[in-house]
Amino acid sequence: MITAGVDMGAQSVKVVILGDGKVLAHSLVPTGFEPLEAAKTALDEAIKGAGISRDDVKRVVATGAGRKSATFADSSLTEVTADAKGVNWLQPSVRTIVDIGAEEARGISCDAEGKVLDFAKNDKCAAGSGAFVESMARALEIKVPEMIELSLKSTKDAPINATCAVFAESEVVSLIHSKIEKADIAHAVHDAIASRVASMVRRIPVENDVALIGGVANNAAIVDVMKKHLEVDVVIPEDPQFVSALGAALSAAA
Amino acid sequence: MTTNVKYKSKPLDCWQWGKELRLEAYQDLISGHEQGKLLVLGCAATPYGMLAGLGDFVFLAGEPYGASIAADPPFSIPCMEAYEAKGYSRDMCGYMRNFLGSMYLDKYYFTGGSFPKFDFAWSVRHCPAGHPKWHQIVSEYQGIPMNYIDDETMLSNEGDPQHRIDYVAGQYLDTIEWMEKVTGRTYDDEKAIEAMRNYFRNEALWGEICLLNGAVPAPLDIKSLFALMPISMLRRHEKIATQFLETLRDEVKDRIANQIAAVPTERYRMNMLTPPPWSFLKIFRYLENFGVAFVGTYVYLINSGEVKFLIDEGKVIPATVPEERPGWPEIKNREDLCRTIARWRAEHPFQSHLDTRKKEYVILFRHWNGDAYLLLLNRGCVPMTTSMYDFQRDLQSHGIAVAMFEGNFADCRDIDETGVLDRLEAFLEGQGIHELKEA
Repeated sequence: MITAGVDMGAQSVKVVILGDGKVLAHSLVPTGFEPLEAAKTALDEAIKGAGISRDDVKRVVATGAGRKSATFADSSLTEVTADAKGVNWLQPSVRTIVDIGAEEARGISCDAEGKVLDFAKNDKCAAGSGAFVESMARALEIKVPEMIELSLKSTKDAPINATCAVFAESEVVSLIHSKIEKADIAHAVHDAIASRVASMVRRIPVENDVALIGGVANNAAIVDVMKKHLEVDVVIPEDPQFVSALGAALSAAA
Repeated sequence: MTTNVKYKSKPLDCWQWGKELRLEAYQDLISGHEQGKLLVLGCAATPYGMLAGLGDFVFLAGEPYGASIAADPPFSIPCMEAYEAKGYSRDMCGYMRNFLGSMYLDKYYFTGGSFPKFDFAWSVRHCPAGHPKWHQIVSEYQGIPMNYIDDETMLSNEGDPQHRIDYVAGQYLDTIEWMEKVTGRTYDDEKAIEAMRNYFRNEALWGEICLLNGAVPAPLDIKSLFALMPISMLRRHEKIATQFLETLRDEVKDRIANQIAAVPTERYRMNMLTPPPWSFLKIFRYLENFGVAFVGTYVYLINSGEVKFLIDEGKVIPATVPEERPGWPEIKNREDLCRTIARWRAEHPFQSHLDTRKKEYVILFRHWNGDAYLLLLNRGCVPMTTSMYDFQRDLQSHGIAVAMFEGNFADCRDIDETGVLDRLEAFLEGQGIHELKEA
């Protein structure tokens, strides 16, 4: 059976097409102001990529912050459950999942079957999310890839103490005025995110293996500091930003 | 747990009576002076039946007033802004912020018109964070006398309670003299004793009603309990409240006998420890779509009511009134009354130390046949949030599922409603509970 998982994220819609236990295709489209249209476009693109027709897709399950707006989906499930299902399928040894998306970070504890045992999420706060990285890159007048590259070259620690993204931005401006190297500021930004996320994740039991997923898992600088803060190595699946959509597609197939 | 059953359900027969009694209490605040009644401000845990010694009175407990405003954001937000315009911070007690804002705006919530002017403020030191300061602000703003009983909650269980009882009973005696002085009235011991007997009786009745909700299906949901609670909270000293609570109790027993549910689709039962975010009561209605019935909350079991926790036996049972307890004397005069109140408070679950509370939470969870606790990290009340993670870990160590969210019980601006519902949906999914299609 061919199924589709649609992850209606805050910044982008991700779609995974699953058929006979294999990922046939995936797509990513910016969410923009018309999430439903973006989701339909993403689904069409993924279907095209899989070389199938819409009628071949027997079930569609939506997840993500905007899942309720995916009116074409047969059902929905939360990102927490989708993450656990997706990671368990990719890497059954994982017991702790850290998902950092554009607007939300989550820590999930799961068992060998991918059942969620506990979870923690950030509340009304962007300081531990991908949006924070982008905001800080703008403050540094560089692109995110450059910020990552610079961060990995940093040699000094520069503190960002604010727990709020808005206040943190003013701290970054202060650091710029204090002639702190951009590389060190970039590192401080990543370190601040990792610190907040790790602190939240520790509310649940952190057991090996630990997987890092979500779009921010593609950020090598974050991965580097997350390992230090969690004091564990982390598994990063291929295409970590599609894991929630994969979990939804798996749920559709179940 | 996931079996779908549809129980019978119907509104409470005494619902309308309860609403009328509740409204009467708030209307009395406006007309009380015309009727020669004293208007007194205090906190909800005050043994305000003692005021009856001065004659007829109306007591406004600040917390339920602040909560009522919180449930109405168009009224609450201007109150919050008026409070903040005075230079106070946003991280103080949420109830207090609504209350003081209402006072500064001179707008009384329930009946419109001006905010009532109190004759005096008198209370126990109920909350370690800010309630004494709250009433001090009112006292200074309205130019009214105030007095406080130093009787803190959640103290250590260690040591000789007699010292504490002596200390507190002495303060109550002093307070009677102070009340006579500030009102110019003569204190009538008999009237005070009678009112406090009603007070004790009504507290025990409310506790008994809450405990009856351990039945499956729950005869009452948490929304009904919240709606009727002001009767036991504001009119605890009155005979009419006894009559109502006895009627409610009997009706609840009848609902249990006939399997009449508050939530007809009940299949998963949750409890709370704290008040809810009052502007967001739809959270309970929303979760009914998943077959979730909220059975009760610890804080209003012991704040508007009283129960007896048998810690060693792992049980909770209805409380008896002091004069029916073995070894407690009959109340014959004001000295007996003050000592009884002091002892009653010292042994009340409201005074439980945090370590004891943890045990009580587990006992109550089992009594209420719970499936999970919902904990609120309350930005509007520091003491209620203190130790919440400790409670979470302890409950989980007993195999109890715990969902937690962050918000504010009295400030609608402090709640991410979509985020909270999303979080709870994720929690329920993990418990194998999905939205009921037919709901």
